[in-house]
Amino acid sequence: MSDGRAIIEVQQLEKIYRVGKVDVPALRGVELSVQAGEFLSIVGPSGSGKSTLFHIIGGLTPPTSGRVRVDGNDLAAMSDADRTRLRRRTVGFVFQKFNLLPNLTARDNIAVARHIAGLDRKPTPQFEEILQLLGIASRLDHKPNALSGGEQQRIAIARAIVNHPAILLADEPTGNLDTENSKAVLEILRDLNERMGQTVLMITHNPEAAAYGHHTVHMRDGRIIEKS
Amino acid sequence: MIAKIVLENLKHKPMRSLLSFLLIGVPVTLILTLVGLSHGMLADSERRTRGTGADILVRGSNARTALSTGPATLSEKFLDFLAHQPHVQSVMGVITHSIELPLVVNGVDLDQFNRMSGGLQYLSGGGFQGPYDVILDRYYADQKKKHVGDPIELMNRPWHVCGIVDGGKLAHVLVPLKTLQMLDSATGKLSVIYLKLDNPANTEMVKAALDQQLPDYPIWSIADLTSQLQEGLNNQGLNDFIAVVMGIGVVIGFAVVCLSMYMAVLQRTREIGILKSLGGSKLFIAQIIWLEALLLGVGGTVFGILMSYAARWAIVTLKPASFQVEIVYYWWPIAAAITLIGASLGALYPGLSAARHDPIEALAYE
Repeated sequence: MSDGRAIIEVQQLEKIYRVGKVDVPALRGVELSVQAGEFLSIVGPSGSGKSTLFHIIGGLTPPTSGRVRVDGNDLAAMSDADRTRLRRRTVGFVFQKFNLLPNLTARDNIAVARHIAGLDRKPTPQFEEILQLLGIASRLDHKPNALSGGEQQRIAIARAIVNHPAILLADEPTGNLDTENSKAVLEILRDLNERMGQTVLMITHNPEAAAYGHHTVHMRDGRIIEKS
Repeated sequence: MIAKIVLENLKHKPMRSLLSFLLIGVPVTLILTLVGLSHGMLADSERRTRGTGADILVRGSNARTALSTGPATLSEKFLDFLAHQPHVQSVMGVITHSIELPLVVNGVDLDQFNRMSGGLQYLSGGGFQGPYDVILDRYYADQKKKHVGDPIELMNRPWHVCGIVDGGKLAHVLVPLKTLQMLDSATGKLSVIYLKLDNPANTEMVKAALDQQLPDYPIWSIADLTSQLQEGLNNQGLNDFIAVVMGIGVVIGFAVVCLSMYMAVLQRTREIGILKSLGGSKLFIAQIIWLEALLLGVGGTVFGILMSYAARWAIVTLKPASFQVEIVYYWWPIAAAITLIGASLGALYPGLSAARHDPIEALAYE
């Protein structure tokens, strides 16, 4: 559960994309506060700005205006290189399409994240426990094309948390999975949150998946319209 | 870790990797074969000249180098003059006529030749019996598929093969001196006079004495032949030609790697996005591209070296008399450096392009 400290603070966040000669607003004054150790679900229709919010919190793109603080870092003031460094240790991503490097084994996909973060190739003992929790310890020497969707997503989760990030951002993590695997992945995310206090933000279209979070934020037209 | 990513990338598209190796290897082969050819021809010329047993050679006043071809301008009268110089044991006059490049025919007096060189080692047949008899060495006989008794067309007229020898002494083709002098309208003239001394240790002393007596005639010791031959090759612009081929090698290496890596970057857009989402810096992405380009260069160099062996085999099999190719090991690192320079230059644009990818667009790439 949350420990009362805001790990993400978003105020008056705006993001405008330039498409040709047209400005397209993706976020229009988003206000959000997420406590450390919170599991927050974000729901909303396509084009509501969920992914853009994730990309900004994850440091993949800068905000156009507004204030975004992630684990004490002011993203609006950060350079591209600073945001790159932020992605190494502070945030971990889990994507709908798993996004594993297809030429590397599961083990090497995880090792890449540690290498980029400047850490030893060998994960911590704590991480070995997580691998057991994820149920993928025996599948680490396989390449993604030899793994099921559920296994690939578990590897992606392992990669996302191998550097013990402050925040785990999961963008529709069950979008490409069947019901059984979806349930397994959601329970893993909940386990990580409950056992290890991992802050989790999860985008989903599925109300059942959203129910795994402590709170649910509803977005529409680039704004947060409800938090329940 | 970067090395592992790069190796797995190369293994993932083996046909692309192999084609890149092959294309990068072509200029390496070209360079190594050209250098090997020049070294092989040089060594062969030197070996054949040394095979005469001579210690000194005298050329006509118009000769540029020790073994360059040209009109025969030395009078046969020099033979008698030179034979009576101190320490000279035997003399041999030779006339040279170019046939199909780079081959020449030597007109020789077999008695002089045998006295100086110790004689030819006949594999079949024997010496000249008539004015239009010709002795071939086994390389030329193999190349032309000729045997003793066969007719052969040389210098626009028919000849008769009277003997096939082991080779290694003077030209691949020997004909009677008088016949070639007549055909070249050079009766009484010679291209080269070879001198054999009583002791090779007297070479410099005899050469110095001859230089004084014949100041207008180039005189070389056989010991100086290697540098003379190298100079002769250089004078013919060979180094310039090799430099041009090296330049072409850099350009081809650049173009192949640039194209190959640019295609790879396009194909791996999503993977670049993944690495960026994990916090991979621009430098990290560029390093992957650069290292892969270098590995393509190294693979291309290895392929090029292997193909240079194949090229040598093909050349010496098809034209054993005309061309000799050596494997010149010290040119391997030079060829590798040329390729790696080309590959590094070729990786610049794809590397920068990959490093600049927007991570969100890259992750959305299908």
